[in-house]
Amino acid sequence: MDSALFVHRLHFAFTATFHYLFPQLTMGLALLIVVLKTIALRRNDPVYHQAARFWGKIFGISFVMGVVTGIPMEFQFGTNWSHFSRFAGGVIGQTLAMEGMFAFFLESAFLGLFLYGEKRLSPKAHWLSAVAVFVGSWLSGYFIIATDAFMQHPVGYVLVGSGKDRAVQLSSFWQLLLNPWAGWQYAHNMSGSAITGAFVMTAVGAFYLLSGKWTAHARIFVKVGVIAGCVFSVLQIFPTGDRQGKMVADQQPVTLAAMEGLFHGQSGAPLLILGQPNDQQGKIDNPLEVPKMLSVLSYRRWDANVRGLDSFPKEDWPGNIPLLYYSYHIMVGLGTFFIAIMVVSLFLLWRGKIFDSKWMLWILMLAAPFPYIANTAGWMTAELGRQPWLVYGLMRTEDGYSKAVSAGNGMFTLLGFMGIYTVLGILFLFLIRREIEHGPVTESVSDSH
Amino acid sequence: MASLWFWIVAAMIAAYVVLDGFDLGAGAIYLFAAKTNDERRRVLRAIGPVWDGNEVWLLAAGGTLYFAFPQLYASSFSGFYLPLMVVLWLLMLRAIGIEFRAHVEHPVWQDFFDVVFSISSILLAVFFGAALGNVVRGVPLDASGYFFEPLWTNFKLSAQPGILDWYTILIGVMALVTLTAHGSYYIALKTDEDLGRRARGIALLCWPVQFFLTFTSLVATYFIRPGIMANYGKHPVGIMVPVVVVASLAVMLFANPKGKEKLAFIASSLYIAFMLVGAAFALYPVVLPARNHEYSLTIENTAAGGHGLRVGLVWWTLGAALAIAYFAFVYRKFQGKVQAGEGQY
Repeated sequence: MDSALFVHRLHFAFTATFHYLFPQLTMGLALLIVVLKTIALRRNDPVYHQAARFWGKIFGISFVMGVVTGIPMEFQFGTNWSHFSRFAGGVIGQTLAMEGMFAFFLESAFLGLFLYGEKRLSPKAHWLSAVAVFVGSWLSGYFIIATDAFMQHPVGYVLVGSGKDRAVQLSSFWQLLLNPWAGWQYAHNMSGSAITGAFVMTAVGAFYLLSGKWTAHARIFVKVGVIAGCVFSVLQIFPTGDRQGKMVADQQPVTLAAMEGLFHGQSGAPLLILGQPNDQQGKIDNPLEVPKMLSVLSYRRWDANVRGLDSFPKEDWPGNIPLLYYSYHIMVGLGTFFIAIMVVSLFLLWRGKIFDSKWMLWILMLAAPFPYIANTAGWMTAELGRQPWLVYGLMRTEDGYSKAVSAGNGMFTLLGFMGIYTVLGILFLFLIRREIEHGPVTESVSDSH
Repeated sequence: MASLWFWIVAAMIAAYVVLDGFDLGAGAIYLFAAKTNDERRRVLRAIGPVWDGNEVWLLAAGGTLYFAFPQLYASSFSGFYLPLMVVLWLLMLRAIGIEFRAHVEHPVWQDFFDVVFSISSILLAVFFGAALGNVVRGVPLDASGYFFEPLWTNFKLSAQPGILDWYTILIGVMALVTLTAHGSYYIALKTDEDLGRRARGIALLCWPVQFFLTFTSLVATYFIRPGIMANYGKHPVGIMVPVVVVASLAVMLFANPKGKEKLAFIASSLYIAFMLVGAAFALYPVVLPARNHEYSLTIENTAAGGHGLRVGLVWWTLGAALAIAYFAFVYRKFQGKVQAGEGQY
């Protein structure tokens, strides 16, 4: 690979991966905070109010991290991927600008009110500001998914010009905004972020219960977290994950073959659970498979023919098949594990035993990092699977980066980001640890320092 | 249609500079005007609930620029690669300076974030000014429609200029002084006692420098780009710009010593907005001048397709109306002088 291309790809991949560690928590928590605030308001229960305020603080820290690491994302379309921007800006500029106009203004205006304005607002208005933050953050997610969906499955455009002036222009706003790809991808992604929020909330509750501190709040965290975690873990696989997989099978069959490690096409293709893709010999080493399952999942028939990598020209194969294969299998494996944990937890909650089941609380506490891994692996599956295309079928990745920015300049700023993000990551963990240690009970509504 | 979007983007950039300008300026005077921990917390509380919203204008303006003029976005963002990355790093450091300071009550922790916040604010003001200087001076675009500028070459106006040369540094310093004054008026408006008095004093010191730099920059601009005044000759409505600029300078001079902070702040906002409108007016219809004029980017050769621009007008109008409504609501909720012992910062 061209060294400048490699640097620009790593630049975007690194900053995007780090960035998305924070929005997945804030979008998930935004929903759960609305739930806590709603219960608090209806029952006028101070413990629920304190719970909402505690998660508001965690949310605030994570939100700041999401904002500061998110600003570079919008810049990098131009700085590192200028040829792509010139080609696709006439279409995806729409969704990116709408994110700013409809989501960021809403979020930023009401976050200040939600975090600092509880004294100045009536309880209802404060509840509304929590809802506004939730709506803003989930809208923001939609515009980004719609942008990515255009890159995965371009719709609503016309091609104009040729040579260096070749570009796409918008032909249908509603086709772009209601891209069928975006709908399922959005549902799948938001459910994933709700899983992160639910697992983190449950884990903090489990930690408090195991430490014997703030048990009244901890029970709320575990209860709300387990119910939400169970609902969204199931939704994550069915219907959202299933439909997403079907879309890939229909629209990006070569991606499906690479994700599944299917080197050779066959009818009644098996579903591979474990095994290492041996791309030199074009086979899977140490396979563990479920017969015929891939055919059923992809095309709803036992003997359906699933095309393997050998059905496609090699220049159209995703560039990094092993990484794509592992990302996909890690995502699916963890997703299955989440359902198992949450179904057992929900059963224990229903029987009223969960708060005393030490072993389950330990599992729930230690499970917190895994949704982050699953969400990251999911995005890697989507974006590695799109390769070698930047805009599927229209522009190849190697044609999209900023030709004016040398590998040396790109490397300089990549290293700069790595340094700053290391510091930011340490600060984040330090501040979150402090908030968890302080716990949910503070002396007054707005604590003065 | 492309002309309309030119003015919409210009207005959004002006809104960004006026709004985020006062919290950048507050950062610039922070270490000098606010001496005690209580005063520093009051400065942060004055900007705390609004700075993030103000910064969204930068993102929204950038997004709108991307959508309306994709080719301008592609060329300028990759050509200004290094300064933009520096700006990003400074924006990050500044944000955590504001937001993370209050989380730990320890003088060493707080001193550290105070300095991070103030220095990044100062450098951002200089860099934004230098960016404007680059756009007015012109960049080394070639036939491909792209360019790349190093941070500096020899600080002269050569064929291969850097981001920083004597002209862009001059504009950078002017931006710093202007935003320092702007932030001082805001802090004077939002606080009282010693802190408010010191902010007024700093604004008073800034005024003669700002006055001097306004005219120096005008002469320097005319010197490096003699043709820049052509639009003012063609469209007499342009005379509005110098009139408003001079009038707002005069109002700042008289309102500040009399304690009319609100009037001074409004005048400073008008000054900033009209200086930027004046630059946009001089450039139009060029959006990024090339050192070699035949490669200049204009609204015609960078605009997105007509259908996209027309559709955009519908949702943009709706989005802007909503944004203004949120801003009016938030600023009303947090209006008045900052009280002691309130809020998170």
